[in-house]
Amino acid sequence: MPEISELWKSVNLRERWETAPTWVRMIVSGILLAIAIYLPFLNVLPFAYIRTDLSTGGSDWSGVLTTIVIYMIVATGLNVVIGMAGLLDLGYVGFYAIGAYSLALFGSPDSPVTHWFADKFGLSEGWSVPFVACVPIAIAIALAAGVVLGAPTLRLRGDYLAIVTMGFGEIIRIISRNANGLTNGPNGITNVPTPPGPKDPDTGQPFFNPIDGYRWYWLCLAVLILLIWLVRRLEYSRVGRSWLAIREDEDAAAVMGVSGFKYKLWAFAIGAAVGAIAGLLFGSKQTFVEPTGFALNLSFLFVAMVVIGGSGNMVGALFGAFLITYLPERFRGLSDWRPFCFGVALVLVMILRPQGLIPNRRRARELEDRRLEAEEVATDD
Amino acid sequence: MNFHELFAHFGDITVDGLTKGSIYALVALGYTLVYGVLKLINFAHSEVFMVGTWTVLGAYSLVGADEGSGVGILIIATVLGFLLAPLASAGTALAVERIAYRPLRRKNAPPLIFLITAIGCSLVLTETFGQALHAIFGPPFGRAAVSIPSLIPEKEWVNLSWIAISNTQILVIVAAIVMMVALDAFVNRSRLGRGVRAVAQDPDTAALMGVNQDRVIMLIFVLGGAMAGIAAMLYTIRYDITKFDIGFLIGVKAFTAAVLGGIGNLRGALVGGLVLGVVEVYSSTLFSSNWEDVTAFVVLVLVLMFRPTGILGESLAKARA
Amino acid sequence: MTDTLESQAGEVLLEVDHVTLRFGGVVALNDVDFHIKKGEILGLIGPNGAGKTTCFNAMTGVYRPTEGEIRFDGQQISGRKPHHITALGIARTFQNIRLFPEMTALENVMVGTDARHKTSVLGALFKVWPRVRVDDVDLPRNRVKRAFSQTFGVSRHYAEERAGRRVAMGLLRFVGVADRANELAKNLPYGYQRRLEIARAMATEPKLLCLDEPAAGFNPAEKEELMGLIRKIRDRGLTVLLIEHDMRLVMGVTDRIVVLEFGTKIADGVPSEVARNPKVIAAYLGEPDDAA
Repeated sequence: MPEISELWKSVNLRERWETAPTWVRMIVSGILLAIAIYLPFLNVLPFAYIRTDLSTGGSDWSGVLTTIVIYMIVATGLNVVIGMAGLLDLGYVGFYAIGAYSLALFGSPDSPVTHWFADKFGLSEGWSVPFVACVPIAIAIALAAGVVLGAPTLRLRGDYLAIVTMGFGEIIRIISRNANGLTNGPNGITNVPTPPGPKDPDTGQPFFNPIDGYRWYWLCLAVLILLIWLVRRLEYSRVGRSWLAIREDEDAAAVMGVSGFKYKLWAFAIGAAVGAIAGLLFGSKQTFVEPTGFALNLSFLFVAMVVIGGSGNMVGALFGAFLITYLPERFRGLSDWRPFCFGVALVLVMILRPQGLIPNRRRARELEDRRLEAEEVATDD
Repeated sequence: MNFHELFAHFGDITVDGLTKGSIYALVALGYTLVYGVLKLINFAHSEVFMVGTWTVLGAYSLVGADEGSGVGILIIATVLGFLLAPLASAGTALAVERIAYRPLRRKNAPPLIFLITAIGCSLVLTETFGQALHAIFGPPFGRAAVSIPSLIPEKEWVNLSWIAISNTQILVIVAAIVMMVALDAFVNRSRLGRGVRAVAQDPDTAALMGVNQDRVIMLIFVLGGAMAGIAAMLYTIRYDITKFDIGFLIGVKAFTAAVLGGIGNLRGALVGGLVLGVVEVYSSTLFSSNWEDVTAFVVLVLVLMFRPTGILGESLAKARA
Repeated sequence: MTDTLESQAGEVLLEVDHVTLRFGGVVALNDVDFHIKKGEILGLIGPNGAGKTTCFNAMTGVYRPTEGEIRFDGQQISGRKPHHITALGIARTFQNIRLFPEMTALENVMVGTDARHKTSVLGALFKVWPRVRVDDVDLPRNRVKRAFSQTFGVSRHYAEERAGRRVAMGLLRFVGVADRANELAKNLPYGYQRRLEIARAMATEPKLLCLDEPAAGFNPAEKEELMGLIRKIRDRGLTVLLIEHDMRLVMGVTDRIVVLEFGTKIADGVPSEVARNPKVIAAYLGEPDDAA
């Protein structure tokens, strides 16, 4: 691989991008966005080979694109927690589940919660909270969950935090499976609402329906871009600086007036909210939510996305999410072998390129330093 | 809240919890040894246990042992299980260390990288049994659970009004405690064990004093793996089953047990394992078995909040501050 | 507390009031009692292991005294969180430099300026509220944005970000690191790192600046330069507490000196007095002056 990486270095895309004038960057971003919007209809050979539905039994291309974008949202949120604040969260799926379940519980006329409300306040049969109102509810619940989980545990050391968050993810799943009165247990909740939009005049289908998958894709893409824009703002503010300072040297940061606990908790809460938004979109697109969709393995998958792509670097995290979601769908013929290949790929990438595929420059340097340090120690012996 | 059930069968339930806990404790040793020396959570350790259970199955079929076999074959099969399972598990643990962790250690990679690599290894190992071997040999490999012949038929040895203990329960608990005591003595008394403690305490100074770090690290992976192998053998004797992903839940529980007792502390693994096992069975009697895992994690969080270094504190090397 | 010194200078800024600190059976500080007055440079000296750093850590909230208390500006500070103490107005540097190695020099100092900023996470996220007026220099360059900002003001986030950058650059110039402001802290030469740490501490706008052996590893010329810098810091209105090993440096720059030995205060006075104090001479006799 050295030749490829040398070639890559000589092209030096990143530097060119950063030194390019604003208008060039705007045009390039515009073109990329246009391509992203056009993707679901891509049908020009040879590019159409990237589609996943060419062979029979392949997954619906728009559906795959939507899943990719939803996982990219997840990666954006988890990157705040792991990449920026340096907190190892192995229970991120818990927040994803909270997002999906919040929408289902309040938005579906079939959920025990809406039934209870309807009975209690004498509302009409089939009453439920509208989708638009469910979004802030889901975000609020996720923020609260992030704070409740983070407040007692963020003082713990990194490894303990990993296991406690993992426990949290499991607890959320077990509750969703066993609390029949609240979540319908293993049966799940049907009739999860979709975002509002003009109904199809002929079929009466809602605007966001399983057939016009591209609409879901565009919606998720818009949400992703909005979230990236917001997270960028944080990254380049005192908040981002504080996260970085805490990651580098927490004691020194405290002496400089940075409250480590406060900023870690914020990172946790922001990550939780973003994860919940992703989960909410997922639940809404499925129109059905059940506990098996939130197994602990998914948490590992999420962490793998961030780390494979390049921890701390948003582009890297997005790329990681893309790879991990897209490749298995594209090569569905090998479906039984997917987890195996995924495992091998994880090990190989980590051994050959521990900084991730598109590393954060700081992280890459840190790793390089550590390697050199190790070599120095080795030659000293 | 089924208090009546809990009090009526308090003795039985406690013994059941201790049996479960002994297996957790043995697996927890692997986590604790590796963490104590490398400050690394070896997430692939759960699969080391899983490999052990399959090896037991292999050992039985090698000598053709079955539930109806003669006493001679039964004894041979059992002895073979106790020998091969630890060997295979130790070998797996060593392979993971050599193939995956050592290159990362050479690069001085941060803990997160080790963790992801471990998750990768874990996937490769489970899929080897769930998919790769199935593609080559067909059943029993694959994604379905496989039952393992129960060579030691369950018999009640103690039967009082308030407590009943079976032979397999006694075997599991006694074997686990014997292994723990032996390991503890090894680490605290022997010359190799001193090397382990030295590296745990201060790797650089230990290296200056002539302790071969790589050998110590290999040793702890082998020891931890062997303990997981014994645990696998005991598990199959008691529960008669294996599956390609059987390691996951036991691994999580064992790691919880290690943290509970104080990770890096061998005796802590025993205490943590037993406490966790007992708490789990109590809670599944009180509520229902669905909530067992929730209780385990809640207990962990509570212990960490009030005793952040676990019940017995963390120290593989005794004098660590 | 004796003497004429009390009347000479301004009011007391920091009071170490009969502080005793024990770790198990070990007495690290024994009834230590002194104070720092506004606008002075106080030297805290003593041979190795005399309890200087322990005393320092007690003052910055790392240890809580077993007996006695430490007051800053009339407020009890022992046992408070480090970031509260920073907010009160105490800043410190570290004996073994502790910068944020992967951040640039400028970013390091900006973390310090953030200590006085009020932008909340939501403020940084939405950049809408609250709005403030800023001077023309801080307005955006882009003409449209400029007009907008003149009418509606700018968000506090924007104003603080600009002000922070300006203050940080000013401090870098003040300590003489400005020429390498955009280099990573860990790539700076040793002397730059020491001075950068001082700039970062000053960015938190402290009343009291505590320097923990800032001259460690410096050659005589660099030490001379550092003495000049410390005087300049005092001239900016800051009070300086200087922990030092090297008698000559301390004698040259401080207004007053407190001497510790084995956790006990053995002298307290102006440099010339302290230098003649037989107890101090005895304490330093045979102590190799490694810094010279």
